[in-house]
Amino acid sequence: SFFSRYIFCVSGDFVKVYSTATEECVHILHGHRNLVTGIQLNPNNHLQLYSCSLDGTIKLWDYIDGILIKTFIVGCKLHALFTVAQAEDSVFVTVNKEKPDIFQLVSVKLPKSSSQEVEAKELSIVLDYINQSPKCIAFGNEGVYVAAVRDFYLSVYFFKKKTTSRFTLSSSRNKKHAKNNFTCVACHPKEDCIASGHMDGKIRLWRNFYDEKKYTYTCLHWHHDMVMDLAFSVTGSSLLSGGHESVLVEWRDAMEKNKEFLPRLGATIEHISVSPAGDLFCTSHSDNKIMIIHRNLEASAVIQGLVKDRSIFTGLMIDPRTKALVLNGKPGHLQFYSLQSDKQLYNLDIMQQEYINDYGLIQIELTKAAFGCFGNWLATVEQRQEKETELELQMKLWMYSKKTQGFILNTKIHMPHEDCITALCFCNAEKSEQPTLVTASKDSYFKVWILTDDSDIYKKAVGWTCDFVGSYHKYQATNCCFSEDGSLLAVSFEEIVTIWDSETWELKCTFCQRAGKIRHLCFGRLTCSKYLLGATENGILSCWNLLSCALEWSAKLNVRVMEPDPNSENIAAISQSSVGSDLFVFKPSEPRPLYIQKGISREEVQWGVFVPRDVPESFTSEAYQWLNRSQFYFLTKSQSLLTFSTKSPEEKLTPTSKQLLAEESLPTTPFYFILGKHRQQQDEKLNETLENELVQLPLTENIPAISELLHTPAHVLPSAVFLCSMFVNSLLLSKETKSAEEIPKDVDMEEEKESENSDEENDFTEKIQDTNNKDLGEDIIHQLSKSEEKELRKFRKIDYSWIAAL
Amino acid sequence: MGEFKVHRVRFFNYVPSAIRCVAYNNHSNRLAVSRTDGTVEIYNLSANYFQEKFFPGHESRATEALCWAEGQRLFSAGLNGEIIEYDLQALKIKYAMDAFGGPIWSMAASPSGSQLLIGCEDGSVKLFQITPDKIQFERNFDRQKSRILSLSWHPSGTHIAAGSIDYISVFDVKSGSAVRKMIVDRQYMGVSKRKCIVWGVAFLSDGTIISVDSAGKVQFWDSATGTLVKSHLIANADVQSIAVANQEDSFVVGTAEGTVFHFQLVPVTSNSSEKQWVRTKPFQHHTHDVRTVAHSPTSLISGGTDTHLVIRPLMEKLEVKNYDAALRKITFPHRRLISCSRKRQLLLFQFAHHLELWRLGSTVATGKMGDPENIICSCISPCGSWIAYSTASRFFLYRLNYEHDNISLKRVSKMPAFLRSALQILFSEDSTKLFVASNQGTLHIVQLSGGSFKHLHAFQPQSGTVEAMCLLAVSPDGNWLAASGTSAGVHLHCTVPAYNFPVTAMAIAPNTNNLVIAHSDQQVFEYSIPDKHYTDWSRTVQKHGFHHLWLQRDTPITHISFHPKRPMHILLHDAYMFCIIDKSLPLPNDKTLLYNPFPPTNESDVVQRRTAHAFKISKIYKPLLFMDLLDERTLVAVERPLDDIIAQLPPPIKKKKFGT
Repeated sequence: SFFSRYIFCVSGDFVKVYSTATEECVHILHGHRNLVTGIQLNPNNHLQLYSCSLDGTIKLWDYIDGILIKTFIVGCKLHALFTVAQAEDSVFVTVNKEKPDIFQLVSVKLPKSSSQEVEAKELSIVLDYINQSPKCIAFGNEGVYVAAVRDFYLSVYFFKKKTTSRFTLSSSRNKKHAKNNFTCVACHPKEDCIASGHMDGKIRLWRNFYDEKKYTYTCLHWHHDMVMDLAFSVTGSSLLSGGHESVLVEWRDAMEKNKEFLPRLGATIEHISVSPAGDLFCTSHSDNKIMIIHRNLEASAVIQGLVKDRSIFTGLMIDPRTKALVLNGKPGHLQFYSLQSDKQLYNLDIMQQEYINDYGLIQIELTKAAFGCFGNWLATVEQRQEKETELELQMKLWMYSKKTQGFILNTKIHMPHEDCITALCFCNAEKSEQPTLVTASKDSYFKVWILTDDSDIYKKAVGWTCDFVGSYHKYQATNCCFSEDGSLLAVSFEEIVTIWDSETWELKCTFCQRAGKIRHLCFGRLTCSKYLLGATENGILSCWNLLSCALEWSAKLNVRVMEPDPNSENIAAISQSSVGSDLFVFKPSEPRPLYIQKGISREEVQWGVFVPRDVPESFTSEAYQWLNRSQFYFLTKSQSLLTFSTKSPEEKLTPTSKQLLAEESLPTTPFYFILGKHRQQQDEKLNETLENELVQLPLTENIPAISELLHTPAHVLPSAVFLCSMFVNSLLLSKETKSAEEIPKDVDMEEEKESENSDEENDFTEKIQDTNNKDLGEDIIHQLSKSEEKELRKFRKIDYSWIAAL
Repeated sequence: MGEFKVHRVRFFNYVPSAIRCVAYNNHSNRLAVSRTDGTVEIYNLSANYFQEKFFPGHESRATEALCWAEGQRLFSAGLNGEIIEYDLQALKIKYAMDAFGGPIWSMAASPSGSQLLIGCEDGSVKLFQITPDKIQFERNFDRQKSRILSLSWHPSGTHIAAGSIDYISVFDVKSGSAVRKMIVDRQYMGVSKRKCIVWGVAFLSDGTIISVDSAGKVQFWDSATGTLVKSHLIANADVQSIAVANQEDSFVVGTAEGTVFHFQLVPVTSNSSEKQWVRTKPFQHHTHDVRTVAHSPTSLISGGTDTHLVIRPLMEKLEVKNYDAALRKITFPHRRLISCSRKRQLLLFQFAHHLELWRLGSTVATGKMGDPENIICSCISPCGSWIAYSTASRFFLYRLNYEHDNISLKRVSKMPAFLRSALQILFSEDSTKLFVASNQGTLHIVQLSGGSFKHLHAFQPQSGTVEAMCLLAVSPDGNWLAASGTSAGVHLHCTVPAYNFPVTAMAIAPNTNNLVIAHSDQQVFEYSIPDKHYTDWSRTVQKHGFHHLWLQRDTPITHISFHPKRPMHILLHDAYMFCIIDKSLPLPNDKTLLYNPFPPTNESDVVQRRTAHAFKISKIYKPLLFMDLLDERTLVAVERPLDDIIAQLPPPIKKKKFGT
């Protein structure tokens, strides 16, 4: 804003107003129905803000109070917005009319009218064939000319003369490294000087561009990769540039030798903007961060959202102290992200190495991390594998220091294993006197590390040493897990689960189910601690009873994510199918799920975690009870972090659905320019699609009776004789019925899950079911009304408890 | 056409000396270039940058400054403290005059051209009046503390700026007193260097002084107040030279890193008259120090330690894209440094101060002659028994005696007085006659017999001209002699019709006595001496026109020879190609491929015949300094790879290259 008090950033359909001093979000301006693509201060009233959106409207806001003043309806998709102080009653927007790739810069006359919604239809084309990105257009020298770049062209339109000059750089396709494409443009505020950024990292300063022949330019070259954005300071004495190097470069007096740097900004600089008062710069970064930088190139504030890394290897964890979500952040860092305030708390530099950004360079990856002993210890594993045989592996153990309120490196173990570490877990039992860490590796060993006294005459110290190495028939160790009390350690070796006594490190027993490698392994908690759960790669979820050393139950479920709730017996599992991911919440003691949510995400869900609530909620509804003490968050492949919430029940679309709240997401959609700031928008789209799916849920009511019948609990089903004939009848029906049969399978996971559960039951009750089926008659099916269906459902639930009782 | 056995000679260890100064003459569009060994070369920019004249250097003369005055007069000054004027007609030094101020570091001619200013080691600035045939000392300006490294006149001629060590002084020409003294910052990137040497100054008509210094700065000063207006730090090393365009809308500076920066005066905004100097384009055509720059109306000229003369045209100043629009890099002299004896298969290499004689196919036989003066020209007779060479003051003739593998040299003493200095020496085909073109414009013919010689005849120059002859050609039967001067004409016993461009090479064909002449605009003529007119082939070529690629070649043709058995063939070469012109084949038009692969390997005869044209060009050997036919089947090619030259230069300033 004008006095550098606020910055604005576009976030999806919203415009967020942040305070530059406190980094707090002051207002959220919502009203647009599609992505906001541009915002500009009203040049004639610096307390007002224009914004434009893909929904074809330009809105005028009072940002201090967060009030929408006016809406101008233009009608076509607006891709960027510019204002010029000299053109009082018109603004400039980019639109595309005919072809999808050809954009025009048009000026829109804003009619003066007192009404809230005004149609603005007076468009006049200024420049044709321009780039969509708002970075590729700049107005110069008090609106005398406008410069636009695209590919290899720089076009300059002079408003007074109404002429366009076009300058072309040689595309030099013959030269290998000459990437001359324009990427961005900025205009000097006082002089006739245009700065353009290029793919090869050069910045060209164009002058004398009134004449297509006499023009001249000079090159500034520091960036080795493409220049992402350029901005002149308010007086024009310096030029700011940024790119993939994560360094903000200030070119003073446009001289190549006179430059200042602000390095280590953490991530690619996407946008640079300068406050109208000139005292602040701000940069937005590809890792969802806005930095506010003082005129003297000192970073003064950081507004940091959840960092998006290329891939999350560590999974989601909860720091037991801060209750912050911990995951991969910047390269080589762990980020601590507060879910309550949507802010990054801090970054822990694990690698402690300068990050070099270059294509084709194989980086060290932070692959595993685990907290132990109530947040006192943190173990991290980093690896770098250039070739098959050249593996670099390092395990670091960090101790929480009360003095510094942070983690301090305690032990560094070089090559703890010969091959990749597949799992890492601490023994979190309360009674354990000695912190213990177990690592499982592909080199077929698992190792137990304990904390020992490392004091010498100089200082008192503790360090970690290897205590035990275990293996099982040279199989690769894939997972490890401690039981809740820490007395047992479960290690899976490909298809076999081994149980070890943590006191003596003796092999107690093994479970084997020849059903593919174990992907997930976890012990039950609290009352269910006698159970061990394992999920295999080819879609079997098994539960073993540790007391009887026998398989308790197993289900066919392609489990992607399995997470135990630390505060209850519940375990959440997310399965993956071709249409999306489904969530199941169950207790290990009962094969019947507590809660099922179908189609939580279209994408593959990669990680999930239960976050303990500070204040337990009390949902009375049976379906939500599992959320009473913890909240479940999960991360999809596109790095959207989603959670389940019941906070706004009035918005519920269906009785069974929960509102899915997109807490913070980092989609790959383009970033949008904002006067002060930019911000990756919340993935409202995803939300919408989710809602769509939820709307489909009522369809379950329309399911043909046949499938309803099939999923009806055995004891209420009619006899199998009737059932058979009905079944055959249905099979003889036209194709429609068949497809109808398929659809419900896709849509209604509740039913599906039940069918799976009934499959499990088959072990015990196959015979009974068969006979039961025969008992029920066809007539009942035809008479099933909706109310009856509901009744049936109730029955089903009761039925399950009955099965569990078995 | 046949195949040839080629002797590929790469042991000609020639290194041109570094360029020290260039001076551009606006009136005649000529460029004077002086090298560190004292050689001064004159390039004609209108004639495809042909090096038309050169003055041999001298060990004791190290040129530090070069300037044109009064239109066409060329002066140089050097560390021996002498001011030298050159006689551009006779290609000799007109006079040398001691300035009595110690080594001279700088020189500038007044805007009117009537006065000459020199800056000396002892800190004195001396003003000379240029009289029609001499220069005359006029007066001393206020003596400064340290040497004057650069001088510049205000365009009105009332003030001068002088760059010294650590400061710039402004003098009033009338009173001779220092009006202002501007101290230059010694700081270099925060580090205080010992001294800041002002390598160049330029005084603009609005009173601005531009200075370049050893701290890598280009600074703008206001001479009225003596204050620094603007400073551009452009290099991590010295900025060594500056040249301003006549219109004062652009200037060029050269740095020790080999970069040349162009500065332009551009308006700040379109509707205001305020203008500012902006650094625009950098050019990196040099690997070593750019010691000197010049600014012609259409191009930037730079030269330095890496011995290249680079002419970079300014695209915005050129109307059409033609020959002048291409970047030029001139490395090798446009004259012949090598002569060969066909009979004994000997090659004579001419270096600045010595000659080397090599026998092809055997071990070395070297004769070295040391002399403080540079050798102008040299020649070995076709029979291999005579070597003649000339310096600026003396002419030498040696007789070679062969005893098996041993060669003994015997100097022929008692040279006649008229044979003082020769611009070109040539032996007749049978080695009995020696033709010497002296710098008086006279041609001498000397009869050689046994160990003695006899002066036969002297052709006096045509009345009124004192133009020096610098190219000679003799017919194999010894009856005809052709000579060409520095301007365009070719003289025989009669004069060939004049042509606008200087002659770069000529030769007389055996049997037919046709004179083949190559001009600097890449035209080739054939003139029949007995018939005294151009041959039919030459007329056809002129009517048809040369291929556009042929005309766009960079370097002039430096040697022409003929195949003894194939009268239709003309062999010629420049620095980058070797060509055989077959007069019996059709001429190429602009659509055909000029540079066809030289030995057509497996193409069918039909294709060959269809694509065949008169120009057979080979680019295998480059840079080619000399190529000649030893016998019917053998060629000798002397190459001088540029890498070998660079390897012998001092190491350039180390620069960190990104990514290495």
